[in-house]
Amino acid sequence: MTESKTHKGSSLYQRRHLLGIEGLTAQEIGYLLDQADKFVTLNRSAKETSDSLKGRTVINLFFENSTRTRTSFEIAAKRMGADVVNMSVATSSVKKGETLLDTAYTLNAMHPSLIVVRHNESGAVSLLSQKVDAGVLNAGDGRHEHPTQALLDALTIRRRLGTLSGLTVALCGDITHSRVARSNILLLNTMGARVRVIAPPTLVSSDMERMGVEIHTDMRQGLKGCDIVMMLRLQMERMQGSFVPSTREYYRFFGLDAEKLSCAKPNALIMHPGPMNRGVEIDSELADDEDRSLIRTQVEMGVAVRMACMEALIENVVLPESGEERFKHG
Amino acid sequence: MVKLLALTNARLIDPASGLDEKGSVLVSKGRIDAIGNIDTSEASEAIDCKGKVLCPGLVDMRVHLSEPGNEHRETIAETASVAVNGGVTSVVGLPDTDPTTDSVPALEFIARRGREAKLAKIYAYGAITRGMAGKELTEMGLLTEAGAVAFSDAQTTLTDTVVMSRALSYSKFFDQTLVNFPLEPGLSNGVMNKGELSTRLGLGGIGTAAEVMQIERDIRLAEMTGGKLHVGPITCHESVEAIRQAKDQGINVTASTTPHYFSLNETTIGDYRTFGKFLPPLRDEFHRRSVAGAVADRTIDVIVSDHHPHDPDSKRLPFAQASFGAVGLETLLPMSLRLYHEGLINLPDLLAKLTNNPASIVKIKAGKLEAGVPADLTLFDPNKPYKFEPDLLTSKCKNTPYEAFPLQGQVLMTLVDGRILKR
Repeated sequence: MTESKTHKGSSLYQRRHLLGIEGLTAQEIGYLLDQADKFVTLNRSAKETSDSLKGRTVINLFFENSTRTRTSFEIAAKRMGADVVNMSVATSSVKKGETLLDTAYTLNAMHPSLIVVRHNESGAVSLLSQKVDAGVLNAGDGRHEHPTQALLDALTIRRRLGTLSGLTVALCGDITHSRVARSNILLLNTMGARVRVIAPPTLVSSDMERMGVEIHTDMRQGLKGCDIVMMLRLQMERMQGSFVPSTREYYRFFGLDAEKLSCAKPNALIMHPGPMNRGVEIDSELADDEDRSLIRTQVEMGVAVRMACMEALIENVVLPESGEERFKHG
Repeated sequence: MVKLLALTNARLIDPASGLDEKGSVLVSKGRIDAIGNIDTSEASEAIDCKGKVLCPGLVDMRVHLSEPGNEHRETIAETASVAVNGGVTSVVGLPDTDPTTDSVPALEFIARRGREAKLAKIYAYGAITRGMAGKELTEMGLLTEAGAVAFSDAQTTLTDTVVMSRALSYSKFFDQTLVNFPLEPGLSNGVMNKGELSTRLGLGGIGTAAEVMQIERDIRLAEMTGGKLHVGPITCHESVEAIRQAKDQGINVTASTTPHYFSLNETTIGDYRTFGKFLPPLRDEFHRRSVAGAVADRTIDVIVSDHHPHDPDSKRLPFAQASFGAVGLETLLPMSLRLYHEGLINLPDLLAKLTNNPASIVKIKAGKLEAGVPADLTLFDPNKPYKFEPDLLTSKCKNTPYEAFPLQGQVLMTLVDGRILKR
């Protein structure tokens, strides 16, 4: 990735993009979490929080529908005074056959400061980032990475338990198709946590072991001694015979209920990136149990983490001053 | 007076006869008149080869033609020209054109375009099944009469066991070879090698099992029917083992691979580089070494380029959406020579896999240095070192994975039917 023309800000995060957790150091992750912590306090204080994006344009470019994530990014940017433009596939020219790179060139000509991108193909956000002057934030690419989700999960855990180091975290569900799982595995390993994944063999590949996780297919075994149980969403179409025979069979073996949770540490906490399939991957009452479930806190942390990331990136974004074209077509 | 062209002071290598010695070649009326330590004083033109290697023109039996259908990528005349620049004098085009080469007129069109170009010779496969749809056999006999040199459904695997066994049986009637694509489609729904890297990149993987199980099935069918099977391109250790075993059992099977499978591994993809996207996919280092070893011994008979031009728009896409394949005609020889420079294989044995072996499988008059055969010749310097850049390609499409590769070996001159087409 070209990081040229990057103005080195004073922060510990010196990159113009946030494309994934892979390659980030523990210091960089720690810095982003520290900054996010401050925003949590500011957000709760009901005062104006920050003006670090004042006068800047942020484009939310979503090739995949996601109301929750897009709203979280939008609120984060607006709280810091940015002008936010939402572009979604349904209303853009992408449907008319424009390629991803043409979209990148078009947006670049409008001089946004930050572009938040979600795309259904792995690697698409990285490809786009190579062709624009703005800072690019990956809001999820295919099954590759979803870095702000992993950061907000980490912030949620750190605020509740004080640290990530030494914890045992279980990720349960559709690991193979999950960018949330990849980003979390990378982040938790970097920060010194132990990671287990629990899934039926059709939804986790043995190659995952090489990323530094323990693979379990027996949920009760896998949950033993865990501090955190992170449930992942299972796409409905994958439960109708293609990867798993039925939702009720899935719930029987991989749905989180009180009985299975009792195998984890006595005070183990539950997380879920949302949106939840209640009664499929998680028991409805458990999801709402305020002592055990961190699910709503995760949503709150999402805004703070995205504010921290945007502020960190914006310091390193320097748009070309003259009107010259930095990137040629062809 | 007959015009005679003499190529003197060459290192003559003819893999078919085992010839490897200093000497000259005399060309008359487009054919080789004499070779060896001969008197060239009567020649009207003499070219001093300065001790470089003069061998039969290369035969590339796996090239994707972009005409008809995708002329904006490369016309047949352009393919023939690019081939000449790579020292390739005979090209066998796959039938995955648009329309498919599954009929006599389609085949004759390609042959005519090739003749008109008067460059490298263009031969063509006939499709095994109509529209490469895997259901009904094409008119193999009529296609053979019209010049089809072998049969293949290109990058579409013929999965139906009954159809494949009938094709293998029926093709015996015309003594034709079948080339089935070695990937079981059900397990090939990915875009790169299955493994740690595909897991990290979040890309769908194609395991080596998908390749070997297709090859093993086809070997059994070849054994059952007695038909001639050619397997390729192969990319992994298990396939090498399966072919080695089949050959030991005397089954009529030959195999090929391309330079990228013995020169590159999956890390070429790095951060989603689509120029490293191939079908079958680039494997890991273990398999790369195994394939290189199989070229060095007698398991892999042929090296092909699998030349596949793509315009930038079909490569500059998110990885999963980008096209498979790379241009390869112009890098076929220097990339193959890497095995020689690594000390894995001697020059005549390597050249056999680029000349006589493919020529005998597709039964064309090429790949030999002997009096009376068409003077299709390649002169090259096996040692010249340089850094490869896509700009060195004369091909319009520059989709090559070898940017900045250190190469050794350069084509100096190419002759087709005695005409000097590159110098």
